[in-house]
Amino acid sequence: MSSQLIHILVILGVLVGVLSVAAGLIWLERRLLGLWQDRYGPNRVGPFGLLQVLADVIKIFTKEDWIPPFADRIIFVVAPTVVFIAVLMSFAIIPFAPNLVVANMNIGVLFFLGMSSLGVYSVVLAGWSSNNKYSLIGGLRAAAQMLSYEVFMGLSIMGVVLITGSFNLGDIVQAQNKIWFFIPQFLGLIPFLIASLAETHRLPFDLPEADSELVAGYHSEYSGMKFGMFFVGEYLGITLFSMMIVTLFFGGWLGPVLPPIVWFLLKTAVFVVFFILMRGALPRPRYDQLMSLGWKLLLPLTLVNLLVTGGILLLGS
Amino acid sequence: MISILRSIWLVILHAFHRRETVQYPDEQFYLPPRFRGRIVLTRDPDGEERCVACNLCAVACPVDCISLQATEDEYGRRYPEFFRINFSRCIFCGFCEEACPTYAIQLTPDFEMGEYERQNLVYEKEDLLIDGPGKYPDYNFYRVSGLAIGGKDKGQAERELPPVDIKSLLP
Repeated sequence: MSSQLIHILVILGVLVGVLSVAAGLIWLERRLLGLWQDRYGPNRVGPFGLLQVLADVIKIFTKEDWIPPFADRIIFVVAPTVVFIAVLMSFAIIPFAPNLVVANMNIGVLFFLGMSSLGVYSVVLAGWSSNNKYSLIGGLRAAAQMLSYEVFMGLSIMGVVLITGSFNLGDIVQAQNKIWFFIPQFLGLIPFLIASLAETHRLPFDLPEADSELVAGYHSEYSGMKFGMFFVGEYLGITLFSMMIVTLFFGGWLGPVLPPIVWFLLKTAVFVVFFILMRGALPRPRYDQLMSLGWKLLLPLTLVNLLVTGGILLLGS
Repeated sequence: MISILRSIWLVILHAFHRRETVQYPDEQFYLPPRFRGRIVLTRDPDGEERCVACNLCAVACPVDCISLQATEDEYGRRYPEFFRINFSRCIFCGFCEEACPTYAIQLTPDFEMGEYERQNLVYEKEDLLIDGPGKYPDYNFYRVSGLAIGGKDKGQAERELPPVDIKSLLP
């Protein structure tokens, strides 16, 4: 009974924690971009502008929630929730600390890959149901981009899975006791980093949104909390992928002195900042450049990595 | 590839640069004296209105935001009966200041004139008129012009000779 209660508390804690982190990222991103662009960012509301998050939440909840008359109503409403739920579900398999995990699945990595594939539907359906050419182009781009980057995102993790011999994320973390996987699996880390940028369609891979060419891409027609769902879903995605990078390649909760959860959150924070830095530093590539980078460079790289890792493991055994 | 890494590094270095933002309401900044802000009407060193209601500013104004009505006092000195600037139209181009022959209308380094009601942006003469001479402290139009007004007759202006009696034969 009490273990069930603790489990429910863990679930609620993860839910609340993750959502508030995602909301806080809005503030963090604006402040950090400000820092790197020699300006301040939001610093008026509350200490260091921290209450800006609250102001944004109030604003987005009280805004008119408008559905365009030409839109496909049902799909239009459902689309934003899909990305939100898909990303939120993925947090279930993240091991925050030795026993702090919502669902200790033995197919954890597969579950994560499946959920991030579901996220594509949200963007494509949003672009389609908006009945607007910019949205449709955004949705099409998202479909092509996320599908082709998913291919080698899955493959880049397989090196880690080969070494560990398990899809369970807890086991993967335990296996990094001697050496964190970013050293033996460096060729897996680089494609995974780039793919995670593309999967969350963050800059520099924000072609589905591409403000300068497609207005706002697939969410041009969205307003109010439906837009907020996409927005929070994107920040949830950043958090999720940072946590996955940490779990798969940087030893998860492992670390000296400090408690495991602190190590995990610290490492996650580093990669969240990395995501924001990428946005501040790099321009958006052309669409064909994006595709050729994925298929001609990163996919062969992951295949080579997989081959070499497999060969070494085979020789070792 | 190298250039991508380099640009990421340069962006990181910007974290240690000085921020360019001026935190405006908390931190005021210097505006040069010739800044084109709120328009004022100045007085001459004697404390009288400089404006002679010649209408040149209203004519020069490209958005027609100045309107005034000329009148005279008992000595024949012209002044505006009313002088009205509609700041919701004004574009702060400064043409009125350039057109003014008596340095009466001047633009000042002040731009904080926000209002909640548009009607409050229409400034009347009492709102525009200031007590000092503005940017040209020594200039006094009626003391250098040949016009006779109360307390100053013909020939009494600065650098003006007394009028010649054209009826007299004496040299």
